[in-house]
Amino acid sequence: MHAHPSISQIEEEIVEEFSLFDNWEDKYEYIIDMGKKLPPLDEMHKTEDNKIRGCQSAVWMVSSYSEGRVHYNADSDAMIVKGLISMLVRVLSGQKAEDIRSAELKFIEKIDMSSHLAQTRSNGLRAMVKQMKLDATVWAMKEQGNQG
Amino acid sequence: MSIDSYPIDLNLISDMQDAPIHKAFDIDRIRAEFPILQRIVKGKPLVYLDNAATTQKPRIVTDALAGYYHSNNANIHRGIHTLAEEATAAFEATRETARRFIGAASTDEVIFTKGTTDGINLVASSWGRKNLRQGDEIIISTLEHHSNIVPWQMIAEEKGAVIRVIPVSDNGVLDEEAFHELLSEKTRFISIVHVSNALGLINPVKEIIDAGHRAGALVMVDGAQSSVHLDIDVQSLDCDFFAFSGHKVYGPTGVGVLYGKRHILEDMPPYQGGGEMIKEVRFDRTTYNELPYKFEAGTPNIADVVALKYAFEFINEIGKEQIRKHEDDLLLHATQQLREIDGLRIIGDVDRKVSVVSFVIENIHTQDIAILLDNQGIAVRTGHHCTQPLMHRLGIPGTTRASFAVYNTRSEVDSLVNGLLKVKKMLG
Repeated sequence: MHAHPSISQIEEEIVEEFSLFDNWEDKYEYIIDMGKKLPPLDEMHKTEDNKIRGCQSAVWMVSSYSEGRVHYNADSDAMIVKGLISMLVRVLSGQKAEDIRSAELKFIEKIDMSSHLAQTRSNGLRAMVKQMKLDATVWAMKEQGNQG
Repeated sequence: MSIDSYPIDLNLISDMQDAPIHKAFDIDRIRAEFPILQRIVKGKPLVYLDNAATTQKPRIVTDALAGYYHSNNANIHRGIHTLAEEATAAFEATRETARRFIGAASTDEVIFTKGTTDGINLVASSWGRKNLRQGDEIIISTLEHHSNIVPWQMIAEEKGAVIRVIPVSDNGVLDEEAFHELLSEKTRFISIVHVSNALGLINPVKEIIDAGHRAGALVMVDGAQSSVHLDIDVQSLDCDFFAFSGHKVYGPTGVGVLYGKRHILEDMPPYQGGGEMIKEVRFDRTTYNELPYKFEAGTPNIADVVALKYAFEFINEIGKEQIRKHEDDLLLHATQQLREIDGLRIIGDVDRKVSVVSFVIENIHTQDIAILLDNQGIAVRTGHHCTQPLMHRLGIPGTTRASFAVYNTRSEVDSLVNGLLKVKKMLG
């Protein structure tokens, strides 16, 4: 069994994939395609509690924890946001809690998608990152509690 | 007068005849007055179709703003020096232009506010606090912007009053019959939007005002969306209050106008206390200033008020009739093409509307539409448009709204249509 690639390794992969595109259409079509491929979240998880507050599109996320690693499942009713969160899931899901908490996620800027992190209240990507890190913190604390 | 010395060219119209209405409509000259329209967004020429949110500002407005600060800035109404007198004259000149813009009888009835929201809050708070009693009813409609819902909910809760809501049909048209049924001796106040911000539909406000008066109620008109398109004459409408925003009529942000009938305003207590609104202050008793100053506590937004005059003059120079003719042409051009797009449904596809087209596309989220249009340099508004009860009634989470202004062109409408076809292809 080979080691799970690190956050920065996966970020590099994504940046490389995006370097192939020289126009916005291809880039967004790729994001939309990734959104379509994101496994849908079971309807039972699409609750208010699992909802990440964004102004225009709904984003739901659930996380689980096993063997020191946090796993995420997420979904959105908007396709581009779904594509963006699928990249976050790809980068962060299966990583160690402490690595998730300290991840800087520079790939978003490198693939020129940082406008989606802007505080325009129109999307939940920033809130999504925050929630993923928060979940990682909570899981790590729970584990410490169990060990203590 | 200093105000005449601003380097302002109002001669936007090509022909030499006097009455603006007979002059040719020169779209190129109009566009040239708006520097922002030359912007490149995401590598493409900006197509700005979010005018119902805020209009762009012509050079005469921004020149007046800079000119005021460069040449006349002083606090108004108090200082006995040249700049203070100039600033006061410029400020009060806007009040007179605003009076004419809405057909008010007197400048005493023209109060400067921060905007429409501020005007509604002033009335709800001042009139409502004094006059509403337990069980009184306030009528609004399903089409209201949150700004014409929440202030009434707040005062209703405080006073034990009840909000009644006029329903709309599936295409957003106000149910007039239901409105008449809601009217009763309990009805104290009606606050109704003139033109729906989300859909562009024009409400029959004159009928509502007359029926409201017959029932003994006062009627306020939210003119945020109507004042830039329709001829406004508060005297012939006979509304008791009318509020609108400067930034939606090609003027600056942070300034608006509240009209109120003199005898009603005189009977209302001040909204905020402070400087300017007082006649005499003693620790045992303070008397208040006269209209309109009673409602203008503190140093007002002088510069933006001064510049607002030029927004009115910009509109007057072209003439609302010509503006409407141009905008209606854009609306028709857009509506005809949008109807042809497979899966696209216009919400509120009726005749009585201003140049706003609101729509949904089957299986496509409005946010995706906005992002992909933005990448083509096209600015539209998507979402619930601060009308969540309306969206709930229509059974949709939101719409995409394109709203046209005097400077938009048919080719920009075509860009929108082509842009949407591209969105559909990319998400298909």
